[in-house]
Amino acid sequence: MHLFKNTNFDFLRWRWHAIALSWVIIIAGVVTIWTSGLRKGVEFAGGTVVIEKFDQAISVQQVREALDKNYVGGGKDAIVQSTGDPSANLLMIRVPQVGAEAGASLGVEANKVEGALKKAGLNPTRQGAEIVGPSVGRELTSKGIWATVLSLVGILAYLAFRFQFSFGVGAVVATIHDLLITLAFLAFFRYDMSLNVIAAILTMTGFSTNDTIVIFDRIRENLRIMRRDSMNHIINVSVNQTLGRTAITSGTALLTALALFFFGGEVLHGFAFTMVVGIITGTYSSVFIAAAIVSLWRGDAPTRAAAHAHVMSASAPPPQQPQRKQKPQRKARAS
Amino acid sequence: MSNLRWKVVTILVVFVVFVSVGVYPLIALHYNVHQPSWLVDKALKLGLDLKGGVHLVLRVQTEDALRLVTDQESERLREELKTKGITVAKIETPDPTHIRVEGVPPAQDATFRQIANEITTNFERGSSAGGTYTFTMRPNIQVNLKDEAVVQARQTIERRVNELGVTEPSIAQQGENGDQILVQLPGVTDVERAKEIIRSTGLLELKIVEQGPAPTKEALMTNGKVADGMDIVPGAAGGATADAGTVYYQVKKVAAVSGQDLRNARVSVDENNRPAVSFTLSNEGGRKFGKVSGENIGRQLAIILDGRVQSAPTLESRITTEGRITGSFTQEEVQNLSLILRSGALPATLTYLQERTIGPTLGADSIRSGVLASAVGLLLIVSFMLIYYRFSGVNAVVALIFNLVILLGLMAYVGAVMTLPGIAGFVLTMGIGVDSNVLIFERIKEELEAQRGVRASINAGFGRVFWTLVDTHVAALISCAFLFQFGTGPIRGFAVTLFIGLISNLFTSIFVSKTLFEMALSNRHQVATLSI
Repeated sequence: MHLFKNTNFDFLRWRWHAIALSWVIIIAGVVTIWTSGLRKGVEFAGGTVVIEKFDQAISVQQVREALDKNYVGGGKDAIVQSTGDPSANLLMIRVPQVGAEAGASLGVEANKVEGALKKAGLNPTRQGAEIVGPSVGRELTSKGIWATVLSLVGILAYLAFRFQFSFGVGAVVATIHDLLITLAFLAFFRYDMSLNVIAAILTMTGFSTNDTIVIFDRIRENLRIMRRDSMNHIINVSVNQTLGRTAITSGTALLTALALFFFGGEVLHGFAFTMVVGIITGTYSSVFIAAAIVSLWRGDAPTRAAAHAHVMSASAPPPQQPQRKQKPQRKARAS
Repeated sequence: MSNLRWKVVTILVVFVVFVSVGVYPLIALHYNVHQPSWLVDKALKLGLDLKGGVHLVLRVQTEDALRLVTDQESERLREELKTKGITVAKIETPDPTHIRVEGVPPAQDATFRQIANEITTNFERGSSAGGTYTFTMRPNIQVNLKDEAVVQARQTIERRVNELGVTEPSIAQQGENGDQILVQLPGVTDVERAKEIIRSTGLLELKIVEQGPAPTKEALMTNGKVADGMDIVPGAAGGATADAGTVYYQVKKVAAVSGQDLRNARVSVDENNRPAVSFTLSNEGGRKFGKVSGENIGRQLAIILDGRVQSAPTLESRITTEGRITGSFTQEEVQNLSLILRSGALPATLTYLQERTIGPTLGADSIRSGVLASAVGLLLIVSFMLIYYRFSGVNAVVALIFNLVILLGLMAYVGAVMTLPGIAGFVLTMGIGVDSNVLIFERIKEELEAQRGVRASINAGFGRVFWTLVDTHVAALISCAFLFQFGTGPIRGFAVTLFIGLISNLFTSIFVSKTLFEMALSNRHQVATLSI
């Protein structure tokens, strides 16, 4: 079975359209974040979350009213939503307030919320709680940003070492692109920036380079074989040759991310959503953005010099180019 | 041929080992089988978010440890100056790392310097300005004291948690400055008690009452200020009846005997048969206490716990090693208190930064949805591979199952913890793991189309793709490493799962998968077609 057989799309012709589309999404994302902000999860914003089980079905409205009446902070800043299996009568209640960090009183707001519900005649039993003081978020934010930046630098360095510098730049620009697009979608769909979402974003930085590497590997291989062709032609041929596997590898990853999204439960929702968006944009950017950046960075010049630079790292048996049955001069490897 | 046989044997051995370490214990425990215990005991551990329990993050106020040393040294300086007959206007500690001495008489300046050099070795002496000296704690001493405070706090918390009888607690240092302590207590339901016991400073001090009790702080002050070297400590009036109002005692800042001199503490009762805590001092502490109590017969002794006078009995005779803390305690309070005293005082106060409680029901829900997502993910991937690659799809599926078995086995073996995000990592490993097979198979297809033989195509497919796989795996491992570094608890579980999954994937997609192809082809001499 063949998904794409001998395709010959001119991907580079579409690069400006692709880049424009990406900018539109990114700018829309920035505007959304600017106007309504990224919703911060409790780990970052600080605050109190309790998950309560009720002995009967309780509406979100009832909880809000109970908080308005009996809780000092009122219900207007509270986030109330049902969680888990609907028949389990579980509600998650989040308030921005948190007890003082000094002393053992951090959890005092959780007890107050519970007290307010009890006073209104509801009968909650606590299933779980998360209480985060204000200083945790600050440290996490800086740690999260650093981890993302360092992992990008690490990938850039590795690819620059394994390929050429321009390839490293292409992969990293594509990854930053994926990151921005994913953030934009998180803002559009109003997902909380939780620890799990950050974990998914970091994972994505590693995996969105996978497709890019496969394409780059093929470009490198073709650079050695098609020595008289222009860079842009080689890029187009390479992207077309690897199109099938790009679609399949992203497809299988997407299948599992979707399984997580639909069956993985409430806690993993944001995580799975981030992975789904990340995988889709990662594939798109591998095809349309990463190679385009390489071409923009190093120009459309003939490729002799480029092939020279990498004799050293070659060790696999000689490649056999299916389309062109010529014997290559140098050893190479690619997929 | 024998080469192939050895490969097959290797693969089978690896499979059996990892199934018995990673999969068998999980199944056995699910059906309540506990034999053989040497295998079942190694079962993959579940994280707090799946098992339920309490996750606490505390910060050690390391400034406290610095303040303690600064206070002690300034008091020693004061005593020494007094005995040497040097009168200074003032000795104070404006912040935890500085001592300031004002009004050193010019005539005695040299002697002062000499005494100061002998006593305040941990401090840097600034130059004199009109008889005023500022001593600054040396930076390396500050760092050492802070580190020590965190380590001591961690050890103290460990002792307390052990006394609480929690199974498999985890206590670790973390945070940017290393001054945070993460405490994970699986299965604990009485959160409030655990929190209180962990946080209590548990600092016991025995001090002679210099003045008091008085109804207000002000009554003990001269000109609205606390006398040099003294402290005013609150306590319950009467000591015996609760809520009789607060009274204040003036005591020396530095304790005669403190919790460090304590050897044991246990629950007992006072003369009115109410709950109390008896303690025994070490020999050294007993000697010090004997001296102080002997010299002060007829005066009151304040028994101070965490900055509050619990009782202030009058000393009727010289006491050495035995003492008793009485007050209006409940039975539970004396149990907690004796536990806290036994485990030693915290070197600094602790504040809670974060607490997370996961009830057992929530954890069970998470496990259920995690298992469901894994099953659906596996089903989707297996069907896709079988439909798209037909016979070779079987090869990929076997390699995939191998990958998952090795992942579970390695996690159990290294004692990694499975968390809910870890399950997500497990599911993603399926989707991303087969990518390696896809890349190899697509390459083989390409080679077959170029009219190379089946065997040659397979060899070329594996050979060419090898370095691509290394590149993609290394890039993913880089981000994984930073993810591990970034996260705590559940996120670490995720990073570990991904990391191990990636490494085992390299083994299964290259070695196992290739051997399977070789096995399939070994019986046939002329192979013309390959189902791929």
